[in-house]
Amino acid sequence: MASIIELNDIRKVYGGVIVGVDHVSMSVEDGEFVTLLGPSGCGKSTLLRMIGGFEQPTAGQIVLAGRDVTYEPPHKRDVNMVFQDYALFPHMTVGENISYGLRMMGLPRSETRSKAVEALDLVGLPEKIDQKPHELSGGQRQRIALARAIVRNPKVLLLDEPLSALDANLREQMQVELKHMHEKVGITFIMVTHDQTEALVMSDRVIVMEKGRVAQDGTPAELYDHPETPYVANFIGTTNFLPARVLSRDGGSVVVEAGGTRIIAEVGGALPEGEHIRIGIRPEKLHFAESGASGPGNTLEGRIEEQIYYGLGMRTVVRLAEGSTVLVDGLLPEAVARTTLPEIGSNVRLSIAPHNVRVFAAEN
Amino acid sequence: MSTASTDTAMISTVSRARKPGLVSRYAADMAFMAFVALLMAFLYVPIWVLIIFSFNDSRTLTWPLSGFTLDWYGTLFSNQDLLAAIGNSFYVATSATILTLIVGIPAAMAINKFQFPGKALFRRLILLPITLPGIVTGISMLNMFRLFGFNLSLETVILGHATALLSVVVTQVYSRLQRLPRSLDEASADLGAKGWQTFLYVTLPNLKTAIIGAALLSFVLSFDEIPVTFFLTGRENTLPMYIYSTMRRGVTPEINAVGTLIVLASLVLIVISVIMSREANRSRQSL
Repeated sequence: MASIIELNDIRKVYGGVIVGVDHVSMSVEDGEFVTLLGPSGCGKSTLLRMIGGFEQPTAGQIVLAGRDVTYEPPHKRDVNMVFQDYALFPHMTVGENISYGLRMMGLPRSETRSKAVEALDLVGLPEKIDQKPHELSGGQRQRIALARAIVRNPKVLLLDEPLSALDANLREQMQVELKHMHEKVGITFIMVTHDQTEALVMSDRVIVMEKGRVAQDGTPAELYDHPETPYVANFIGTTNFLPARVLSRDGGSVVVEAGGTRIIAEVGGALPEGEHIRIGIRPEKLHFAESGASGPGNTLEGRIEEQIYYGLGMRTVVRLAEGSTVLVDGLLPEAVARTTLPEIGSNVRLSIAPHNVRVFAAEN
Repeated sequence: MSTASTDTAMISTVSRARKPGLVSRYAADMAFMAFVALLMAFLYVPIWVLIIFSFNDSRTLTWPLSGFTLDWYGTLFSNQDLLAAIGNSFYVATSATILTLIVGIPAAMAINKFQFPGKALFRRLILLPITLPGIVTGISMLNMFRLFGFNLSLETVILGHATALLSVVVTQVYSRLQRLPRSLDEASADLGAKGWQTFLYVTLPNLKTAIIGAALLSFVLSFDEIPVTFFLTGRENTLPMYIYSTMRRGVTPEINAVGTLIVLASLVLIVISVIMSREANRSRQSL
């Protein structure tokens, strides 16, 4: 597949001092669904607005379908945006809102109307064509904003936190709907969000941003299972971090001392003996081991401090022998089955497979 | 423990207060109504006096009324000076309103849209005339026109009014612009609209009611303006100036008739502006 949009070494500096976006390069393939993920202030929205043409980079280049559009105004770019507040024109009907972009292209009124009807069918709201935006619910407005943006059949559709204004249930439903929409229309989607679930559920590829830079760029599975930095490991899902020291290396695995015991981790790359590092373990990869049994893999010992019930499962806080705490997530059937074992105050053994232990540089 | 005791204390006060509460509340309501009635009388009795005497068939404004007549409206329409003054007032108010809109709308948009050095100062300078007494605006503009060798005429009055009213238009339009999300402009540009198209199809329709409101207000303020007009007019006179000059010979029933007509016209304008602002409120819910 060919890349539809390329950002080359983009920098955005405000007032000569504050760096919003710092040497970001990325390339998005035609038809891809890419999400820029990060906390507020990480530069993801600025990046999106630069692609849309609402802001200009201080340095760098934006290439859209082979054409340099870095300094082109928004109305000359073949991209459309779904705004966070939807930005529907309050004085126009839904139909007029959707036709607006087509009218600006110079299409005759009869044609714009039929295309608007088509777009409304696509988002499942054909009966709303003559209503005003204020008569619609939040979710409906969101769909209208989407219809208005895709009716122009842009090369790239930009979505700025499109679901943030919706309540939790609707958001979950719209996540799936947006994903289906992407598959149906085949337009490249670039979305900005601070919600990691949204990013994982919807995207082909997620670009995690930190302080104006790209922290990691990969598929949702890559990011979740192989985070490259503690920042990514913590931003996507939850991770237990334990300070560790390298004891020995053996082929593809390394033995470290952490949590008051020896832990084997499967890692590549060089790690000198005695090096202080950190290991990261996902809460759901930790399991309660049968007492007494010492199977293959690693075992951590500790005492149960707290149990948090969250419907789908149970999160257990375990204080390890040397003092630090780890979180253990179990799905509820399992947690229920083990109600005899994990009682607050009781001693437990946790097991973790070596390939589920991640190794990171020490905190400095 | 302590919350429970305060709760019971509250409940007992409520039940104890219920019976005398009703009576005292009734009394308070009555007192309030009386106050409102008094206030309304203070505001509107003079206007009713004016209207009633415009239909009274006596030349002198004395009680009791002697009989009903429409003669004063008849003489009003045969008084050439008065008609000319009304015509002049319409000419001045309309022109001043249009002029102030032409200058004020772009000024408000500039204040809203652009960041430039001295912006706060620019805003204050535009808003200043609203706090300046008309007499100051009048004298200073008179000096200026003299300096540049302008002859005083209705046109100089128009310039004076437009200056004094600019702040009205800018304030109204600017406050509406501030409530409009910036994303509307961006969405319009994103959908392929050039700057002027965004202004014409998105900004202006959303400013419509604010502009109409400002225009109505400007028109009315200009229509009954005296201080600025006093200094800047030439040989021709506007209606308030004419009324003022004839008043020196005492209030005539014609003046009452003119006053009644003005009240009627104001009423129509008020109704229009109320309907307009109600529409604006309704569409603003969507923002």
